[in-house]
Amino acid sequence: MGWALAVQGAAGAISPSLPPELREPRLATLRRCLDLGAAALRAGRHALDVVELVVRELENCPHFNAGRGSVLTADGTVEMEASIMEGRTLRCGAVVGLSTVVNPISLARVLMEKTPVIYLAFDGAEAFARDQGVETKDPSYFITQDNIERLRQEKEANKLQSTKGQSPQEIPSPTDGNSRIGTVGCVAVDAAGNLASATSTGGHANKMAGRIGDTPIVGAGTYANALCAVSTTGMGEDIIRYTVARDVAAVMEHRGLPLRDAAVRVVAGMPRDTVGLVAVSGAGEVCMVYNTIGMFRACATEAGHTEVGIWADDVDANGESVSIRL
Amino acid sequence: MGWALALHGGAGDIPRSLPTERREPRLATLRRCLDLGAAALRAGRPALDVVELVVRELEDCPHFNAGRGSVLTADGTVEMEAAVMEGATLRCGAVSGVSTVVNPVSLARLVMEKTPHIYLAFHGAETFAREQGVETKDPSHFITKDNIERLRQAKEANRVQIDYTQPMKGQSPQETKAPVDDNSQTGTVGCVAIDAAGNLATATSTGGLVNKMPGRIGDTPLVGAGTYANAICAVSATGKGEEIIRRTVARDVAALMEHCGLPLRDAAARVVAGTPRGTTGLVAVSGAGEVCMAHNTTGMFRACATEGGYAEVGIWTDEADGNGASVSIGL
Repeated sequence: MGWALAVQGAAGAISPSLPPELREPRLATLRRCLDLGAAALRAGRHALDVVELVVRELENCPHFNAGRGSVLTADGTVEMEASIMEGRTLRCGAVVGLSTVVNPISLARVLMEKTPVIYLAFDGAEAFARDQGVETKDPSYFITQDNIERLRQEKEANKLQSTKGQSPQEIPSPTDGNSRIGTVGCVAVDAAGNLASATSTGGHANKMAGRIGDTPIVGAGTYANALCAVSTTGMGEDIIRYTVARDVAAVMEHRGLPLRDAAVRVVAGMPRDTVGLVAVSGAGEVCMVYNTIGMFRACATEAGHTEVGIWADDVDANGESVSIRL
Repeated sequence: MGWALALHGGAGDIPRSLPTERREPRLATLRRCLDLGAAALRAGRPALDVVELVVRELEDCPHFNAGRGSVLTADGTVEMEAAVMEGATLRCGAVSGVSTVVNPVSLARLVMEKTPHIYLAFHGAETFAREQGVETKDPSHFITKDNIERLRQAKEANRVQIDYTQPMKGQSPQETKAPVDDNSQTGTVGCVAIDAAGNLATATSTGGLVNKMPGRIGDTPLVGAGTYANAICAVSATGKGEEIIRRTVARDVAALMEHCGLPLRDAAARVVAGTPRGTTGLVAVSGAGEVCMAHNTTGMFRACATEGGYAEVGIWTDEADGNGASVSIGL
């Protein structure tokens, strides 16, 4: 059986014409995270430690929509959210509305381990961060040029759509690959069979201030129990209403399906172009399923399988792919 | 089949010694809400309208931990949260951290209907409330003397007091019994309904936990935890928020019905029995018109009614005032 690890850096309308300068840095980071995570698992680290360290790396990378590099709210600010869950115990922690915490996923873990609270938001979460002495920086640290530009484009597109009478969901995604959605996440099962999941995001570009997405909601963007660990990405509102992460585990449990079939069933039941997920099971299975154009993803197993990719036809794998595009 | 309705005003370690003056006003409000909800359903109102109007009544009643009468945070402030969900469409709306909105459940419905989002919190939710012109009042409107006292006692005891129905010292002549399970939570209000057309809906609202950390969010606004509805059933939960979150209580009831073919009652009992003793209560109705009210706490303020003529109001399981076989399950 052995350990297994999967990482995601967002699913969405990632244009196949995404230029190398936007593609390569992200792929390089995914590979680096995969190596870091695999090394930690090989060294016997606990799944919870592994998913946290991988997501910290992704949060620190400005090319992903989490931590530094988070997309901006309609007010031009950053409001980050993250959650973490341990499968064996159902312990979990979630933080929302952070603007100065360098690693939201670590604050979520501290919340889980140091308090009886699962979910802490906005001013209360920032105050807790200071009490705990986690690393914080001025809000400007998190804001990148790319995201300032992305917000400008979103507002422009909204103006256009309101004159044309289109609903926000009808706006075609920018074709330069600057997807307005995105999240990062990691799931792992360690050598002892412990499962864990972690997800982190800046949310949805041009979101209303105060908008909370699926990422910090246990059962929606993140879930782990004794059967599997799941981290999702995509259209937050759809992931919430379809309780995606929880459903994968429920389908495995009640229908007796293997991980792959359960994940496919759940994703297939969603509206097109809304979701991607990575998942591992207690039995060491791993899968990466999405119904969008692409999903930044990578996975590795103790048995030696490794895979990195964005779309269905660019997968760099040393064996049969565990990715499924619906 | 017909319409059906169930509502709750919190599950927890509600002591049998709860004095009349703390019991009767709540029971009276439950009865009034039941009548209002049933009348609306009889008149053909959609389930979503019904659950919202019932929860608004409960929010307005200062004896329940929602809206006015919400328990206080460690800072002595009120941070309210609520959610609504429509079963047929999976549309939902939720708010957290509101401190001036008279009816959080109505704001949650506006998030659902007027924005592309599901969930707004704190400053963003308050700003949205003003943009929408919903009724707001100064934060002091929501704070009751009972809750100031409750917070004072909790701080004195330096513990999170989760059972807000405990009689407060100096208020009743008899010696107050210490809570049997200090970790039990009561307080949250909710309503589920199926209307004449077979539409399901749920709504839940709360002030949260006494002496909670400011910014702490509980199960109520989290779709799948405290609130959930799909085409199979509608559920509203109450109890210890953290347990309800990690066990995705509301979602699990529907999942058991769907995947295991269980009737509502069995699914609800199984989910509640799977949570730690003393932590969870829920009310639920199904697309087939079943009604169930289950709790593994000492009691749960609750009431239900069906088109078939059944009605029940109660707190504990052996005193439920019903006109037929009870649909309550005390575990």
